[in-house]
Amino acid sequence: MPPVTYLEAISSGLREEMERDESVFCLGEDIGVYGGAFKITKGFLDDFGEDRVIDAPVAESVIIGAAMGAALMGMRPVAEMQFADFITCGFNQLVNNVAKTHYRWGAAVPLVVRCPSGAIGNAGPFHSQNPEAWFCKVPGLKVVAPATTYDAKGLLKSSIRDNNPVLYFEHKGLYRFPRIREEIPEEDYTVPIGEAAVRREGGDATIVTYGKMVFHSLDAAETLAGEGVETEVLDLRSLLPYDKQAILESVRKTNRLLVVHEDTLTGGFGGEIAAVVAEEAFEHLDAPVRRLAAIDTPVPFSPPLEQYFLPNTEKVTTALRELLAY
Amino acid sequence: MNVETAPALSDPDLAASDLDDLGLGREDYRTLYHTMRLQREFEERVYRLFRQGRLVGAAYAGAGHEAIAAGSAYALGDADILVPMHRVIGAHFLRGHTARDMMCQYLGRANGPTAGKDGNMHCGDWDHHIVGMISHLGANIPVAAGVALASKIRGGGAVSLTYIGEGGSSIGDFHEGLNFAAVHSLPMVLIVENNKFAYSTPTRFEYACEHIVDRARGYGVEGALVDGTDVRAVYKATRDAVDLAREGGGPTLIEARCTRLLGHAQHDDAFYVPKDIMEDGWNNDPVTKAESLLLERKYFTREEIDGIQEEVKGIVDDAVDYAEQSPLPEPEEALQGVYAD
Ligand SMILES: Cc1ncc(C[n+]2csc(CCOP(=O)(O)OP(=O)(O)O)c2C)c(N)n1
Ligand SMILES: [Mg+2]
Repeated sequence: MPPVTYLEAISSGLREEMERDESVFCLGEDIGVYGGAFKITKGFLDDFGEDRVIDAPVAESVIIGAAMGAALMGMRPVAEMQFADFITCGFNQLVNNVAKTHYRWGAAVPLVVRCPSGAIGNAGPFHSQNPEAWFCKVPGLKVVAPATTYDAKGLLKSSIRDNNPVLYFEHKGLYRFPRIREEIPEEDYTVPIGEAAVRREGGDATIVTYGKMVFHSLDAAETLAGEGVETEVLDLRSLLPYDKQAILESVRKTNRLLVVHEDTLTGGFGGEIAAVVAEEAFEHLDAPVRRLAAIDTPVPFSPPLEQYFLPNTEKVTTALRELLAY
Repeated sequence: MNVETAPALSDPDLAASDLDDLGLGREDYRTLYHTMRLQREFEERVYRLFRQGRLVGAAYAGAGHEAIAAGSAYALGDADILVPMHRVIGAHFLRGHTARDMMCQYLGRANGPTAGKDGNMHCGDWDHHIVGMISHLGANIPVAAGVALASKIRGGGAVSLTYIGEGGSSIGDFHEGLNFAAVHSLPMVLIVENNKFAYSTPTRFEYACEHIVDRARGYGVEGALVDGTDVRAVYKATRDAVDLAREGGGPTLIEARCTRLLGHAQHDDAFYVPKDIMEDGWNNDPVTKAESLLLERKYFTREEIDGIQEEVKGIVDDAVDYAEQSPLPEPEEALQGVYAD
């Protein structure tokens, strides 16, 4: 098989699940004839028909609420948010209805909400957000954020097969990112939810990150490798549940931790990582835990502002240097 | 105006009698036509800048909606409040945003209405009584209701005018906002710009009633169905609704029908729009229609019309030059303005 993009991996993962299991179907805005705003479901309408590829009205609350209803009936809906930013319009269904149902009365709600997230340049406050942290404090939900093409497909399959609601964050900046085009197995495979992956081994410092920031972190690690410092880069892949063991193991080895994410700093998921390391690996730390994230503002539109807002390789490198210099 | 008595689309009697008797003079028509032309010219230029790689971010256009933008906002008084959406940049122009302002906004400049914080038509401006739109469709409707609520409580008679696409009318906020305005008899006017598509989705996947305005009865508000390509019809329906609202008669739901003449945005070639719909849309191009009307009724000569077109082109040329020479914001300005003092 020739190398595929992250976007193609998501698309083929979804297609294979629909072929494998008749109870899997998609709903979302413009996913039919148009194939989705980012073309994930291109061709699906022709191949699976209107009953399984449903063009929903512009109404996220019904997209998520109806997905829950169908899930209760034994189906496995995959709902698409046109942009992750619009998930707010379905917030109540997700955090109160979908998330708490199994706990309250024992009914499983196996659904996936796909969320194209992240900044890709000058799309402003409403088409660039990384809203994952809003959901990571909601027991009952699972949250994944694949960074690689292999994981994109494997985690989507696991999400669809999981008996719980899963929010699947796909960073728009990875869709056609040439660097992560990759040959992936032709045969069926999954990536387990809740397991991190070491993307680069090292003994001097640990970066815990996820999504597109994995690559900025790897590049920063590469730069410092040229200066004789070996940084371990841990890609969380899943945020809820997250791989606490992998984080603690790495920190116990390197004694220094930098957490990086594209979401804003305060209340971002990085705080949770810092807290757990403070609680459970404090005596292993040679330096205070550092966090690098977007600044605490909305995502601004204009190029100089957006560049100032976003973490990037240079900022990760600087933060890493400071961590090592402590 | 009740649903049953709403005029049929392109009712010839309406065109001939009612609409000639709007009390609009030559200057009014000049302003309306100028605004429509400016919207068309401005957005065509935005598309061109995008193709040339000179734009920042995405390009949207309201081609086909110019009569709705101009006709509705022209019915407002100075104290009224505009709560606009993405296809009515002409309404911004009528409320006082200049082409320079909007081009600076599109190009993310420090001197645009949001100083680069947000882009394109996502901008408000309290000096002009414009509430900034957010992308989330329908979120503006409860806000417009709240603006109207404050106006009712405080007095003064200000009316809020807001918009939603027929696609956006599917969302819960539409119901919540309109119902609240109805219950409290608030001075709000809500125009549904029904352009037959929501991105790629045709109306049959958005609503199952015949007309969206049919909902007016369910909410207990006035309703009007108008030809959204006829600037006079839009003006009349909005003016009636604004008058009613000012007198304490509560909100009106107006459905203005038109055709989106381009794709959803610059990246979309609208392959999914049947050819006859697009052709019919261009045959009813609101800008051309306004022009024909003005010539037919001899309000303006051909030379005068050409003069307006030249003028508008000059305004847009100037706006592009001005915006391109304007500074981008300083990076650290990203930190400013999250909170009020
Ligand atoms: C809550 C929400 N969901 C999705 C979107 C993405 N989106 C932007 S415009 C659009 C279609 C809007 O169609 P319509 O309301 O008919 O307005 P039109 O663009 O046709 O004028 C969609 C789905 C959004 N802006 N807000
Ligand atoms: Mg529409």
